Amino acid sequence: MNYADLFRVTLPETALDIAALLVLILDLGLLRKAALQTRIMASVLIGVLGCSAAMLVMPYQAAGGLTYPGSPDLLLSAGGYTSIAQIGILVLTVFTLFLLVGSDFTKHVGEFVAVVLMAATGGLLISAGQDLLVVFVGLELLSLGLYILTAFAKRSGKSAESAMKYYLFGGMSAAFLLFGFSYLYGLTGSTNLHQIMRALYSTTANGAAPLLYVALVMIAAGLGFKVAAVPFHLWAPDTYEGAPAPAAAFIASVSKVASFALLIGVGTAAAHSLDPSKPMHVWITASLNPKGLPTYFGFSGPWSLIIAILAVASMVFGNLAALAQDSVRRLLAYSAIAHAGYILLAVAYFSRSNISANAILYYILTYGLTTIGAFGAVSLVERINGSDRMDAFLGLYRRNGVLAGVLLILFLSLAGIPPLVGFWAKFNLFAAVLRVDRGVAPFALVAIAVAMSAVSLYYYLQVLKRVFVMPPAEDGPVKGSPLTIGVLALITLAVVLLGCLPGLMQSWMATFYAGM
Amino acid sequence: MNSLPLLTIITVLPVIGAAISLFTRRHSRGVAQVTGILCLLLSLVIWIQLPRDGSIGLNELHHWVPSLGVQYHLGVDALGALMLILSALVSLMAIDAAHRVHHEPGLFFALVLLLEAGLFGTFTALNFFHWFIFWELSLIPAFFLIKLWGGPRRGPAATQFFVYTMVGSVALLLSFLAIYHATGSMDFINLAELAAKGYLQHQVLASLGPVMMWLTIGVLAGFAVKVPLAPFHTWLPAAYSEAPSPVTMLLTGGMSKMGVYGLIRIALPLFGPQIAAIRTPLLILAVLTIVMGAWAAAAQKDLKRVFAYSSVNHLGYCLLGIFAIAVHTGANVSDSASQAAALNGVILQMFNHGLTAAAIFWFISMIQFRSGGLRGIDTFGGLRMPAPVFAGLMGIALFSSLGLPGLNGFVGEFLIFRGVFPLSWQAAAVSVLGLLVTAAVILTVILKVFTGPVPERWASFPDLHGGERLGIAPVIGLMFLLGLLPQIVIERVNPTVQYLLAHWRF
Amino acid sequence: MLAWTIYISFAGALVLALMPKGNPALARVIALLVAAAGFAIAIAGFAAGAGQGRVTIIDVPWVPMMGIHYTLAADGISRVLVLLTGLAAVAGVLFSWNINRRTNEFFAFFLALIGGVYGVFLSFDLFLLFVFYEIAIVPKYFLIAIWGSTRREYAAMKLALYSFVGSAMVLVVLLAAYATAGSHSTGLVNLANANLPVSFQMWAFPVAFIGFGILAGLWPFHTWAPTGHVAAPTAASMLLAGVVMKLGAYGCLRVAIGLFPHGLDPWGWSFWGIGSWRDVFALLAVIGIIYGALVALAQTDFKFVIGYSSVSHMGFVLLGLVTLTQVGVDGAVLQMFSHGVIAGLLFAIVGRIVYERTHTRQFGELEGMYLGRRLPFAAWAFVIAGVASMGLPGFSGFVAELQVLMGAWIAKPWWTAASGIGIVIGVAYTWRALQKAFFSDRLPRPDEHPKEGWPKFEAITWPEVTATCLLFAATLIVGIYPSILLNSIEPAVKALLAGGMQ
Repeated sequence: MNYADLFRVTLPETALDIAALLVLILDLGLLRKAALQTRIMASVLIGVLGCSAAMLVMPYQAAGGLTYPGSPDLLLSAGGYTSIAQIGILVLTVFTLFLLVGSDFTKHVGEFVAVVLMAATGGLLISAGQDLLVVFVGLELLSLGLYILTAFAKRSGKSAESAMKYYLFGGMSAAFLLFGFSYLYGLTGSTNLHQIMRALYSTTANGAAPLLYVALVMIAAGLGFKVAAVPFHLWAPDTYEGAPAPAAAFIASVSKVASFALLIGVGTAAAHSLDPSKPMHVWITASLNPKGLPTYFGFSGPWSLIIAILAVASMVFGNLAALAQDSVRRLLAYSAIAHAGYILLAVAYFSRSNISANAILYYILTYGLTTIGAFGAVSLVERINGSDRMDAFLGLYRRNGVLAGVLLILFLSLAGIPPLVGFWAKFNLFAAVLRVDRGVAPFALVAIAVAMSAVSLYYYLQVLKRVFVMPPAEDGPVKGSPLTIGVLALITLAVVLLGCLPGLMQSWMATFYAGM
Repeated sequence: MNSLPLLTIITVLPVIGAAISLFTRRHSRGVAQVTGILCLLLSLVIWIQLPRDGSIGLNELHHWVPSLGVQYHLGVDALGALMLILSALVSLMAIDAAHRVHHEPGLFFALVLLLEAGLFGTFTALNFFHWFIFWELSLIPAFFLIKLWGGPRRGPAATQFFVYTMVGSVALLLSFLAIYHATGSMDFINLAELAAKGYLQHQVLASLGPVMMWLTIGVLAGFAVKVPLAPFHTWLPAAYSEAPSPVTMLLTGGMSKMGVYGLIRIALPLFGPQIAAIRTPLLILAVLTIVMGAWAAAAQKDLKRVFAYSSVNHLGYCLLGIFAIAVHTGANVSDSASQAAALNGVILQMFNHGLTAAAIFWFISMIQFRSGGLRGIDTFGGLRMPAPVFAGLMGIALFSSLGLPGLNGFVGEFLIFRGVFPLSWQAAAVSVLGLLVTAAVILTVILKVFTGPVPERWASFPDLHGGERLGIAPVIGLMFLLGLLPQIVIERVNPTVQYLLAHWRF
Repeated sequence: MLAWTIYISFAGALVLALMPKGNPALARVIALLVAAAGFAIAIAGFAAGAGQGRVTIIDVPWVPMMGIHYTLAADGISRVLVLLTGLAAVAGVLFSWNINRRTNEFFAFFLALIGGVYGVFLSFDLFLLFVFYEIAIVPKYFLIAIWGSTRREYAAMKLALYSFVGSAMVLVVLLAAYATAGSHSTGLVNLANANLPVSFQMWAFPVAFIGFGILAGLWPFHTWAPTGHVAAPTAASMLLAGVVMKLGAYGCLRVAIGLFPHGLDPWGWSFWGIGSWRDVFALLAVIGIIYGALVALAQTDFKFVIGYSSVSHMGFVLLGLVTLTQVGVDGAVLQMFSHGVIAGLLFAIVGRIVYERTHTRQFGELEGMYLGRRLPFAAWAFVIAGVASMGLPGFSGFVAELQVLMGAWIAKPWWTAASGIGIVIGVAYTWRALQKAFFSDRLPRPDEHPKEGWPKFEAITWPEVTATCLLFAATLIVGIYPSILLNSIEPAVKALLAGGMQ
């Protein structure tokens, strides 16, 4: 390893950080006196340019990533799922920045954009990191950014309250995660994921290690917090409700992508460390003794079991709780919990080949895109009506037809109605689960997931009913800036197009694995 | 033989007439009359063209729904042709009697003509599928004729009529499905051949198990409701008395014959052995129908109800004859002759009763019109004084109904009794009771309505005028003709009877 | 060529959705043209397909990585149902001529629904079929919720959720079959030939059958149907009863029976004579027939009578399907067509011709309105439709139910007997409705009541007459010459029952 290699691997991160600094310089230095919207436009523009630059430099990354000196094990990976996740993070960040246009919750635009870009840098690091320390640094970079973004609407009490909640929960979960990481290090003597996995297989071959279980539970708690899985979800509804819209969209999309990219990284490392003759989904197992694998209620490893429990709890609780919501943002929060639950299923049944990784990425990227659009539309309505209650959406079709159409498509996609992209994501995901294991348990879990997504239609329709069916409570159009509307329309179009031509994105994703 | 599809034409003709009359409001009766006359002429042509050997002629056979074994198969023998004439005649009389339909006459005559088409279709179809089409569809116009132009309690009467008949039809349908399932055919002629050779039973047994008797009962139920056979007759008095008189004529003259016809054309050929097996209970029911009909007629105060029940009684003789025939005769020549006599009688009785009953209801409709809707027996008296022609002609019809020798009613009943006595003297003996009571009932009607002092209000009871006389005279003439020269019909009917009996197996 | 039915409908929907508002007349004409074009294509496709078996229209890879193809094909069953859809679409547009509120959107949703339905009938890839099946759900919801009556929001939500739960079950089966077959394809033909294990078919069959059956009004999952039908605007209830319920039945046939034929095998043990899924579903179908009819008999709302009658009639379809005999399944497909036409007609009469003029559907109020004389067109149209619905011969319903009953005779005679009772009750409720609504006993004799005393109803309009005649013609033609459809249905059913769809 030398610094040139490190620089080549971290080119996208560097690009983002330079953009963040440029934004600060420009906004705090040159545009101090300019009008708010001008500053927003300028900052967003630089942010977008930064993200584009990060994407443009990605082909120049060192192929395969960065290894430790004198070891084949990766420190930072590049290509494959990492690149997909990173591009996803960058694209979603761009869309999030566009949501800032027209908003007026803060005067500190430059700081906002800079924090967004830095948090995105954290996300990129997490996606690439193959070492617990790098991962942890990336997570903290991301999380700190998110806490700040949540609190950014200084005039809103809710914003402050939710940021505080988020921060306290987040700190606690970071502690858990670190605690779990330290146990892993203690058990295996390494912080590299690949080395940890190999060590785990050999040390646990002759019996279970109780400390490993503790470590796994701790890590699950820490990561469960990041993806807002039940029972570590409590911050999510408040944060989604209190945070300014761009921040909430960022939390709902970019941070999710990064967290699931980490889970994929863990899974891939485990799968690649395992003897290829073993069943694909057996990983982080407690025992590989010849007598056969111990089963945990039908699951072949404690990690699978833990993740599956989180998954079921998330999709059941998330969907049921969403039924009772009156605030559309909280509704989106609970639906996000439910979606995380679906994705965790594929994490629990992770495959050696890249089907699971691709299915998860496909899901989280398209979900992120959809949810940014949803937050954008909701925030527009909120800005005019001053509320995100269901009743603020009454008769929207008459007040802004385009926005109503956008909401229709996006919400239906979230509910998983074909031919929209949300459906393909679900199908892809569940098919991946069943292709990994055809036992009773995965069938039952998929059945629960499908049933729960039927439940979800109810609350999405509750919103759409107000948008389309009921008469408006007040008149007057709901207007947004043409740029915002344009971005929303673009997102909607993407949701439809990707849904009608699902092969597009899949073959695009496949190109990243071509060289590996 | 004849390249013209006469049977199709005669069925389609009234439908076309109906369509025309629907749109010619004021002239619809004329349209209907023309159609009726054309149909009557056509039916006579058909009668003339019948094959002499009594077999089924004027066949028309086309593929229709091959996958269901459905063919378009029409054909008539003397039985069918006679029924065509009867239907045409009765329809024409009904149209004649209905000259005072003020409300939506177009619709009224359209429905009458549709009903006529239904009758024609039923009497010519030789495949269950489209036979059933006409059997069922004739219900619809009948229902609406009662429902829309009937008396004060027409609603329940129409519904009762409809529902009873439908229940019977469903039983019939289900039975035929089973038969079709067992044999793959719905053609009456095919099936009759199968039954005559004894294959039908075996095929049903093989594919469905021992259900042949249930199928028989299902089919009989369908016909029994239509004829009607006691105790399935309860819809009849209400329907007959609530229907406007022209419709009652069609009901009793035409529709009730559909049931009898079905028994002869379908039930006996296909289910001979089964009917023979339950012959005794069936005969008891037939006798019950006769006797009960007669006694019930005696208890009525309303002219229409009297003749409604009297119709039950008269059709009871047909049933008696039909069920009595169903016995295995072997080589016994005299029994075979009795069967032939009884069947001849039944067929004649069908025609005669249709003619006579229609005539009687025609007269009742005249009475009703003249009295402003009244028709109680005790309401009238001494009508022969103000309306001698009316009384005379109606008297003839009544005597014909009573069975006076020399009039048409006598021949059929005589032949039935002549046939039934050797076959089942007990049934015949009890039925004679019905004959006596009927005579008493009809004489009472004659006495009460036509004789005695004339009440003040009927002193100027108008007699039949020229047009009316012209209308009814041919019918009365026909009564005499058939009473005096029954052989003009029998010479055609008898070959058919022989032909049928030769092909039946009990 | 048939594929254009789908594209045309969706294109029409898109045009109507994006068209500037404020010109309802233009929207109507466009909708009518699109529907008529679809119908014309359907007829042409039906005629062109006569005598041919399954014809593949288009087959291109869609999601190559998952082996999903965009496969449209048509066999005899599809062609008949596409024809039905075209007919229902044209009639639906004509009966919606008086929609003035949000006309563009109404017809946009309407055509989107139609497009989805065409798609389902033409898909020969399970995945594609499912996609179209789900596409049809959303427009239904909005059609009912926005333009409906009587508890429309409740009914719309109930319908949407029932449909979605049903499709969720189908999705589970789809995923499971895809994973189990391992053939990396979702083509119906491939899946049917994939030799799925019997144990798998044993559970996949009932799940798929119930999943689709929910939409077909399978008792006891039918409860969406009456409320949905009643609440829906006329055109939507025509489509619901006319074609959407057929989607379910079609799925039961094409997917459940076509892909998992061994799911109908006997279990090897029996309980009270029920020894296979076939018996279970036959029992449910028979219960549906009788239950639907009995409940229809007790309704006081005119439209509810028709709503429940649909449950009863669809029971015949399902019964026909599980007879697994050539004649029974033929009958079921024919009954799909027949019920589609007849139910559409009945709903049109009740919902459009009568309700839009009287503004009530309660028998109690209709009885006092003398509709038999004031709306003779409606009355006589209902007589004919009612007669057809009862299954009287000469109309399409008779041939269809006849064949179903024949199939049932072959399979299990007591099914026939029980459904015979259903027919009788069917006569009773239709007749009761007819009498109460049009020919009430409280109706005075013509000479007793002057016609002048009644306020005039709005005159019958040409779209109503045209559409009514169109549907009449369909039921009559099929009733008198059923071979026109049967010639097309039979070979397809034969191929399907022979297993493996060629």
